[in-house]
Amino acid sequence: MKNRKPLSLRVPQPKYRPGDSPDFTGLVVPEAGSVRRPDIGVRPHDIADLAYGMIRVLDSHHRAVGPWDPKLDPETLRRGLQSMLLTRAYDDRMYRAQRQGRTSFYMKSTGEEAVATAASFALERDDMCFPSYRQQGILIARGYPLFKMMCQVYSNPADPLKGRQLPIMYSAKDYGFFSISGNLGTQFPQAVGWAMASAYKGDDRIAASWVGEGTTAEGDFHHACTFAAVYRAPVILNVVNNQWAISSFSGIAGGDDSTFASRAIGYGLPGIRVDGNDFLAVYAATQWAAERARSNMGATLIELYTYRVEGHSTSDDPSRYRPQDEAKAWPLGDPIVRLKNHLIQLGEWDEERHESANKDAVEQVRASDREASALGTLGQAKPSIKTMFEDVYKDMPWHIRRQRQEMGV
Amino acid sequence: MAYPQTAPGNGGLIMPTMNMIQALNSAMDTMLERDPNVLIFGEDVGYFGGVFRATEGLQRKYGVTRCFDTPIGEGGIIATAIGMGAYGLRPVVEIQFADYIYPAFDQLVSEAARLRYRSAGDFSAAMTVRTPYGGGIFGGQTHSQSPEAIFTHVTGLKTVIPSTPYDAKGLLISAIEDDDPVIFLEPKRIYNGPFNGRHDQPVVPWSKHPASEVPEGYYTVPLGRANILRSGEQMTILAYGTMVYVALTAAEASGIDAEVIDLRTLLPVDIDTIVASVEKTGRCVIIHEATRTSGYGAELSALVQEHCFYHLEAPIERVTGWDTPYPHAFEWEYFPGPERVTAAMRRVLEG
Ligand SMILES: Cc1ncc(C[n+]2csc(CCOP(=O)(O)OP(=O)(O)O)c2C)c(N)n1
Ligand SMILES: [Mg+2]
Repeated sequence: MKNRKPLSLRVPQPKYRPGDSPDFTGLVVPEAGSVRRPDIGVRPHDIADLAYGMIRVLDSHHRAVGPWDPKLDPETLRRGLQSMLLTRAYDDRMYRAQRQGRTSFYMKSTGEEAVATAASFALERDDMCFPSYRQQGILIARGYPLFKMMCQVYSNPADPLKGRQLPIMYSAKDYGFFSISGNLGTQFPQAVGWAMASAYKGDDRIAASWVGEGTTAEGDFHHACTFAAVYRAPVILNVVNNQWAISSFSGIAGGDDSTFASRAIGYGLPGIRVDGNDFLAVYAATQWAAERARSNMGATLIELYTYRVEGHSTSDDPSRYRPQDEAKAWPLGDPIVRLKNHLIQLGEWDEERHESANKDAVEQVRASDREASALGTLGQAKPSIKTMFEDVYKDMPWHIRRQRQEMGV
Repeated sequence: MAYPQTAPGNGGLIMPTMNMIQALNSAMDTMLERDPNVLIFGEDVGYFGGVFRATEGLQRKYGVTRCFDTPIGEGGIIATAIGMGAYGLRPVVEIQFADYIYPAFDQLVSEAARLRYRSAGDFSAAMTVRTPYGGGIFGGQTHSQSPEAIFTHVTGLKTVIPSTPYDAKGLLISAIEDDDPVIFLEPKRIYNGPFNGRHDQPVVPWSKHPASEVPEGYYTVPLGRANILRSGEQMTILAYGTMVYVALTAAEASGIDAEVIDLRTLLPVDIDTIVASVEKTGRCVIIHEATRTSGYGAELSALVQEHCFYHLEAPIERVTGWDTPYPHAFEWEYFPGPERVTAAMRRVLEG
C-alpha cells in the first residue's frame, strides 16, 4: 500500500433544505451600473470579467443607472410591465385550471417574467425564438392570442396543435416561436442551425434560444456553443439560471464553482451574466447580443440570474426539497415590482394605475378562458380523432392509412 | 393463476403489501445493504427520492455517495455508469422517463452493449438502467413512449419489464446482480395499481392484488423466465408490462379460453414457455403499447412462426399502439385497450 490519503467522492449539497432559514447575504450581487458596457465588436477574451460580474440597471432607489441603461421611453416600459402582468395572470389562471382538473399539466414562470418578455421586446418580430417551456412570456409579449394558448393547454377542438402535445408545449411559427420539445436542450443547437441558415441565405434575421441552468449539462449545450462559435452563427444563447432544476440546486449542474456565463470563454464566445429580474438589464443585454449577431460578429451566451418562485410544474412539491420561504429571501426581488417602482420613480406610473393594469390583465385572461373553455377542456372535447394519424409524414404511407381504417375513422 | 410466485423458503418472512414503487425501493434498499459496490444515481433521485419516489429515503439511509443526484445529462449518466461498472461497481441508474434515454443512446448501443465483446472479456460493465415507460397517464408524447424494441434490437443488452410489485423487486435484484447491462423498464401506469385499459373504472390499488405481497429482504425472480398468468387451451396471448392486465381482462370478457403469458424478460426471452403454449393452443395474439412497425411484437411473431409453424391454425395477430407519436388528447384512442384485444382474439379464433 502506498502511503497516500484515500480519495473520497464529492457530491455537492445545497446550503438550505426544508426547515433551514435561507440566508443569501453571502451572495455577491454587484451594484447596479457597475459593469462596463464594451463595444459590440469586442473580442470575447477581453470581456471575461462580464461572465463573472452581473449586469444590473435598476438600483436600490429604483433608478436606471450605468452604461447598460437602454433608455427606453416610458410607453415601452409600461408595455413591458403589462406583458409581465399578463404573463403572471395567465400562469395563475392556467395553474388553477390544472388544479380544477381541466387539464393534465401546467408550468408557471412566476418570478422569471422579465427573462422572456424583455428579450422579446429587444428582438425583432421576425427573429426566431427557440424557447424552453418557461418562456410563455415571449408569446404573450408578441401578442399571440391567449385564447389560442389556452386551447392548446386544454387540448380542445380549437387547439392549434390538434391535441398532440402536452400543455404549454406551444408552437407558433408566425410569431417567431419554434415548436417546443419535451426533451431538454435539443433546441439549443437547432437555434444555431436556424441562425446559420439565415447567414447562408444572406438574410438579417437572428435566432435566440433559452435553456435552464440544469439543462446545460446535456451534450446539446456543448453542440450549440461549439457550432455557434465555429460558424459565428447569429444567435443568442440564453441560460436561465433560476437556481433549481426540479429538486436539484444549481450546484448539481456545475454552478458551485463557476458561473454559467463563464462557460462561453472556452468556446471563444462572449459570455455575459445578467440580473434576470431586472427588465432593463435583460433588455440591454439582449439588445447588445442582437446587435452583435446582426453585425455578423456571431453568438453571445447570456446567463440570466433569477429564481424559480413556484414549483417546477403542477406535478412538483418544492416544500420537499427547499425551504418554503426561500423565494422570499431571494435578494434580487420581483421583476414586476422592480419595473413598477422604476416607472413610479420616473413619475410615469402610480399604485392606482398599477392596480387597474393588473385588474385589466386578470380580466383579459378570464375573458379568454371563458371563450376557450366554452369549446371544451381536456377530456370534454377534443380535435377530430382522424387527425391523430395526420402529419406523421407529409403524405400518409399505406400502413398508417390502414391503421386509421382499422380504427374506423 | 400464478400469483404470487412464492419465494423459496419464505414461510418465516414478513409479507407486507407494497405497491410497485415500494417494491422497487425495497429492492434497491436490499441491494445497498448487501453489496457495498451497489450505488444509485440519476436526476432528482437523491434528497428528493426521484420524481416517482422510487429512491425515497435511500440517501438518508445510505449517505450521499451511495444515492445521489446527477446533472441533467443522460449520456453522462450512462457513460459514468459504464466507467464505474468497468471498475467493478454495480451502478443502478435512473433515467427519469424512458422518453429521455435517447441522449444516452450511443453510450448504450456502442459502449455498454459491446464492451465485453470488443475487449474479448477483458472489460465489462455491469449496470442496471431503471426507467419508467409507457402510457395511460396523459403524459403526452414525451412521457408515454414504449421504446423496448430499440433495446431488444441491440445485442449485448438485456431488457426486463415487470408487471407486479413482487416481480418488480425480484427482477430488479436479479438485474442488479447480473453481470451484463440490463435495461429495466417500469410500466409507470401500474406503479400504484394494476390497470386493464378500462380508464372509466376506478383505480384498484395494489393492496387488493395478491402480487402486492412482497417479502422484506432478499429474493430473486430469475431473468429470462416468463410467467403463465392464466392457463387456457384456445389461444396464447403474449404480453408484458401494463398490457398483461389488458390481456387478462380481454380473456375474461371474451369468454375465450386464452392462455396469458407475461414475458417479464424480453431479452433473453423465454422461448420454451412461448413454444410450449403455442404448440398447445395453435393460436397466438401478441400485444404491446409500443408502435406497431418493427415493434417487439414483430420479433415475437417471427419467433412463433419459426418455432411453431406446423402447430399454427390461424395467422398471428398483433395489437399495438398506432404508428404515430403518443398524442395527448387521444390517450384512450391510442392505448390498446381490451376491446381491441378481444376483437383480435375473435379474428384469430375464426381464422
Ligand atoms: C432529456 C430530458 N431529460 C430529463 C427531462 C426531465 N426534466 C424536465 S424539466 C427538468 C429540469 C430542468 O431544469 P432547468 O434546465 O434548470 O430548467 P427549469 O425547469 O429550472 O426552467 C427535467 C430533469 C427532460 N424533459 N428531458
Ligand atoms: Mg432551472
